[in-house]
Amino acid sequence: MASRLAQPRTTGTYVRRLLVVGYLFLLVIWPVALVVQKTFEGGLDNLQTALSDAVVTDALQLTVVVALWAVAINTVFGVGISLLLVRYEFPGRGVLSALIDLPLSVSPVVVGLALLLAYGGTNGTFGPALEDAGLQIAFATPGIIMATAFVSLPLVIREIVPVLHEIGTEQEQAAKSLGAGAWPTFWRITLPSIKWALVYGVVLSLARALGEFGAVKIVSGNVAQQTQTATLVVEQKYQDFEQGSAYATSFLLALIAVAALVVVTILRPKDDTDGD
Amino acid sequence: MTVDTPLAPGAARKRRARSTTSLTRSSGLGLGIALTWFSLLVLIPLSLVVIQSIDGGWQTFRETLTNPQTAAALRLTVTQALIVTAINVVMGTVIAWVLVRDSFPGKRLLEVVIDIPFALPTIVAGLVLLSLYGPDSPLGVNVANTERSVFLALLFVTLPFVVRTVQPVLMELDRDVEEAAASLGASRFTTLRRIILPSLAPAITAGAALSFARGISEYGSLVLLSGNLPLKTEVASVRILTYIENGNEAAAASVATILLLVALAAIVLLQILSKWVARRG
Repeated sequence: MASRLAQPRTTGTYVRRLLVVGYLFLLVIWPVALVVQKTFEGGLDNLQTALSDAVVTDALQLTVVVALWAVAINTVFGVGISLLLVRYEFPGRGVLSALIDLPLSVSPVVVGLALLLAYGGTNGTFGPALEDAGLQIAFATPGIIMATAFVSLPLVIREIVPVLHEIGTEQEQAAKSLGAGAWPTFWRITLPSIKWALVYGVVLSLARALGEFGAVKIVSGNVAQQTQTATLVVEQKYQDFEQGSAYATSFLLALIAVAALVVVTILRPKDDTDGD
Repeated sequence: MTVDTPLAPGAARKRRARSTTSLTRSSGLGLGIALTWFSLLVLIPLSLVVIQSIDGGWQTFRETLTNPQTAAALRLTVTQALIVTAINVVMGTVIAWVLVRDSFPGKRLLEVVIDIPFALPTIVAGLVLLSLYGPDSPLGVNVANTERSVFLALLFVTLPFVVRTVQPVLMELDRDVEEAAASLGASRFTTLRRIILPSLAPAITAGAALSFARGISEYGSLVLLSGNLPLKTEVASVRILTYIENGNEAAAASVATILLLVALAAIVLLQILSKWVARRG
């Protein structure tokens, strides 16, 4: 790819390269490096303090549970809706396809407000009825999972849909004409071709889910060791002047997100966007 | 509030995409389940926000908007998001260009760097920026608790949008046309203006719309960085949060609805602009 597209180098090439590298260095690379450095300023002290603090470990545990649930829901929902949008014809398909991106443009704070208005325990539209039935959503884990699933909903779909368009249906139709059912066709033909897009979408969702802050802050009630997620702990620790713990928790969160991204970027075949 | 994913231009893709079928019984059931979940999670709660803001009537709406603190917050949010989007349109396109057309050691590292703002939890993004541009800045630049902190935070969190929408289109762009233009005596600037920019316009627009929508709705990265000073560094999301915490859901819903409308207006405007640029090419 690179060799085919490489252009004759002019002064402009170097100016642009320098501009881009400098911009990214000042905006992203240097600040991120500084947080890593601050985390390890006293050796492993910060990490040890943070990890022996029950408030931090409970929050990390809750975050992981919530993120896994949200990602699982979004993966199943995302693959299903992408197949429906690309492969089937039904009234309202265009509208649905447009609405799917909606969560990306809504402020996390508005997401929190919306979920409270619907599922709040006292004056939400469905909240009181659900609580009478024994299901508490707001200020409990289900609400946090919903907020997290809301904000990361389009990510899997946005990755898969272009690939589904790209691969077309020839192979699937061939499999069908040879007598394969819908399920085997999906497992053996469709899934392998969308594999990398799906993995990338899942990793993006996971990163987003681990890091959700605003929506969760409103919906969870932010009670330490009960409904406080890791990002909420970062805020609290920083404001309580326990900077060390704040940096250490941030580092752990960032580590999972960035490590997942790096692994996918390395594993993903380079020319995968060109189709098969 | 939505942006078309800029599917790269390609006749083959359009031809193949036609092969859809109508719903079978099982896919119909799947659609039913998916729509129910989507409504329960997204559509109904968001509609309730709009309904809540209308319920309060014009009175609440006007009172909320004429509240000096809220008006200042909305003004700050929209202005900063506009500036940041403008910068992203230029820098995002240049970054995408370098990533696609240039090759040098460490380029793949930059690919990961582009995604970091997206992957990093927003609260951590605030902390990260504070380390270089806060009180202990090794550069001696302290923007904490000033208007610039809002600008900086938005610039950070919106970095990937234009890059990631322009990149795939640039990859598919036919180099032959550019070479033909050059061989016919077109200057590099003319080629850029008449050939390259018109093809990139839809993608740039889509990225700009995403970046603006994200900008006006940002919250997490500002918490630690901007100090949320009323009339100075407080953004719209923080106003909504304050209203919620005070139990004034009607006012919160009003500000939220305004944000949704502004994002919608921006997206429509950008679409028109994109068509205009593409036609002039």
